[in-house]
Amino acid sequence: MAGYVAGGARVAELDRIRMTRKSRLHIPLSSARPGDKPDFSYLNLSPAGSVDKPPIDVRTKDIEHLSLELVRVLDDDHRAQGAWNPNLDPDQLQIGLRWMLLNRVFDERMWKIQRQGKITFYIQATGEEAVSIAQGMALRPGDMCFPSYRNQGLFLYRGTKLVDMMCQCLSNTRDMCKGRQLPVLYHNKDANIFSLSGNLATQYPHAVGWAMASAIKGEDHIAASWLGDGSTAEADFHHAVTFAAIYQAPVILNIVNNQWAISTFQGFAGGERRPFAARGIGLGVPGIRVDGNDFLAVYAASLWAADRARRGGGPTIIEHVTYRGGAHSTSDDPTKYRPKDEWKSFPLGDPVERLKQHLIGEGHWSEDQHDAVIGEYKEKVLAAWKEAKTHGTMTEGPRLNPDGMFDDVYAEVPAHLQRQRREMRALED
Amino acid sequence: MPQMNMIEAIRSGLDVVMAKDPNIVVLGEDVGYFGGVFRCTDGLQRKYGEHRVIDAPISEGGIIGTAIGMGVNGLRPVAEIQFADYIYPGVDQVVSELGRLRHRSGGEFFSPVTIRTPCGGGIRGGQTHSQSPEAISTHISGIKTVIPSNPYDAKGLLISSIESDDPVIFFEPKRIYNGPFDGDPDKPAVPWTSHPKGEVPQGYYTVPLGAAEVVEEGSDLTIIAYGTLVHVAQAAAKLVGVNAEIVDVRTLSPLDTETLTQSVKKTGRCLVAHEATRFSGFGAELTATVQEECFYHLEAPIERVAGWDTPYPHAFEWQYFPGQKRIAAGIRKVMDAK
Repeated sequence: MAGYVAGGARVAELDRIRMTRKSRLHIPLSSARPGDKPDFSYLNLSPAGSVDKPPIDVRTKDIEHLSLELVRVLDDDHRAQGAWNPNLDPDQLQIGLRWMLLNRVFDERMWKIQRQGKITFYIQATGEEAVSIAQGMALRPGDMCFPSYRNQGLFLYRGTKLVDMMCQCLSNTRDMCKGRQLPVLYHNKDANIFSLSGNLATQYPHAVGWAMASAIKGEDHIAASWLGDGSTAEADFHHAVTFAAIYQAPVILNIVNNQWAISTFQGFAGGERRPFAARGIGLGVPGIRVDGNDFLAVYAASLWAADRARRGGGPTIIEHVTYRGGAHSTSDDPTKYRPKDEWKSFPLGDPVERLKQHLIGEGHWSEDQHDAVIGEYKEKVLAAWKEAKTHGTMTEGPRLNPDGMFDDVYAEVPAHLQRQRREMRALED
Repeated sequence: MPQMNMIEAIRSGLDVVMAKDPNIVVLGEDVGYFGGVFRCTDGLQRKYGEHRVIDAPISEGGIIGTAIGMGVNGLRPVAEIQFADYIYPGVDQVVSELGRLRHRSGGEFFSPVTIRTPCGGGIRGGQTHSQSPEAISTHISGIKTVIPSNPYDAKGLLISSIESDDPVIFFEPKRIYNGPFDGDPDKPAVPWTSHPKGEVPQGYYTVPLGAAEVVEEGSDLTIIAYGTLVHVAQAAAKLVGVNAEIVDVRTLSPLDTETLTQSVKKTGRCLVAHEATRFSGFGAELTATVQEECFYHLEAPIERVAGWDTPYPHAFEWQYFPGQKRIAAGIRKVMDAK
């Protein structure tokens, strides 16, 4: 078992305590800003296959190193290495690649649609697709997901129709949220995916409570939740980890460390000195730091944590080390705060490209197949968009009745809301 | 019929519904082994086990947040926040999540959480154990707000709250846990046994949410109050010697406008009283509602008697508390107006 090796000169500098005559503040400094050469030397990278895989009933104190090292399966030549290799069948890997491709093609189209002014807002998951798809595949359908806003891959994988997701973004007559939510704040009750909130980290204690209820009822379903590196600074994160630790709730708590929280790098959420995966150690919650762009590693770590939770072993924190390939959202311009092509220098690359090269290397995929799938998905997404528009856009076609805003505030519409609905209606007529 | 104080009535309400519905769970600080600092859950863990009466860490945000998740998974959680003054770390979960979940998910998800929390002063609690933050609760869409004023209502309203598919914040005025306090701290404490609403059926019954109650009929003026101040208002009316109609709001949201306005239309005069701070307090909503609905029946401006707009001062509790004298002065003002 290797100890924690600091990731580079910057981390070594942080580790040195320089005594001064007066106290002073440390202001975290991003390793690179616009115009600078990208610098990811702060990342501690373990070689693929180098980290041991313990049995699921291992004691938390014996696997603290898993929160400091980096679980990787795919090496730089895209070959699967080491004990964490989940040995998935090629067809399973192809399924994973296809869902990641659909996620990316969908995002690209929705981004353009927003730029054309057809929807007000969009958030893409570019570069982070493995986080949703690989864990989605490792979970069982009865497991409940409490996602963040970059988990559209989960919705797709669990069978949410493209047209339904588009109609949500359009707030049109087929919108699952009935015109009440910002685009991308989906839900899918039938597929066991919770309703997205615009407030960050609030879903984390919900996942823990859901998991506690599952255990109280004696079921073997687990819960999983996702949030970003930035959101770990929210109180809800700490509430959730504390409750999960105390009651050993069957839950996977994912931290998607994509390096950036809008313009602040992960150091501003406290990621400079210790990895996010180590956040639970003080409470006895094991953490696994995983290469979030390595489909095989994410799948293996997720399955390990799911099996442990399902069998009464309690919660696991999984930190997915990845990179936010695009802007935070359509309202954001990352060229103002980070090097333009920083993603190209990210040492863990692109999850889609890496799984593709792995499959090609194993003889189970080809460039032609890849291009054909992309072409097929572009058509599929375009067809869904055409259908979505028939249910109304912001400017054309059928519109939702605003009367509906008074429904679902309570189980039944109380008198004062009925009165306000009549008042609004009178002005509309 | 059995006599119960408000603590026993609340405990009995929890017991009756927990026996009926295995999905009801209780969680909160000190609620399990110890039975709660006010003893409202005493004995429930022994009876229903540690998986249904759950001692929680000191984390109000975590208690409410996890309760929401339990509710989504089919349980019916009753969360206790030890003092209403401690609810603030959980308020984001109430405002952004609990109150909006049904609406934002197009009616598909909901979480039927009831949050019980003792409120109000008069117990030498200082500024962090005396607050009445009900106006924060009533300002949140999707949440119902309940404040009982006696043991019978407490049990019936609590059962309705727990069985409601809507989330409810259930405030318990702790000064009247053990007896109907009339606002005079120098008088010996009176137990609930001498009060008709201290008679509480042993078994299941409900008091409907959204219904105020005229607790005393009268013709000179209407006093609208809730919680502890229902009893203080009754004493103050006697002190002045007016024939007041006392309306106990009971459910603040959704508000029973009908019962309130019917009374004021009859009496033509209205005083609103609560213990919470006055500015932007729930009394402002009551006053505005009465003004809108009863303007042409009013013979005098509506009077508001409330806590001062200061923190609740430990050493000057009875100067802060809107007691008999202040309500009496308000009554005279309303009655003297030409």
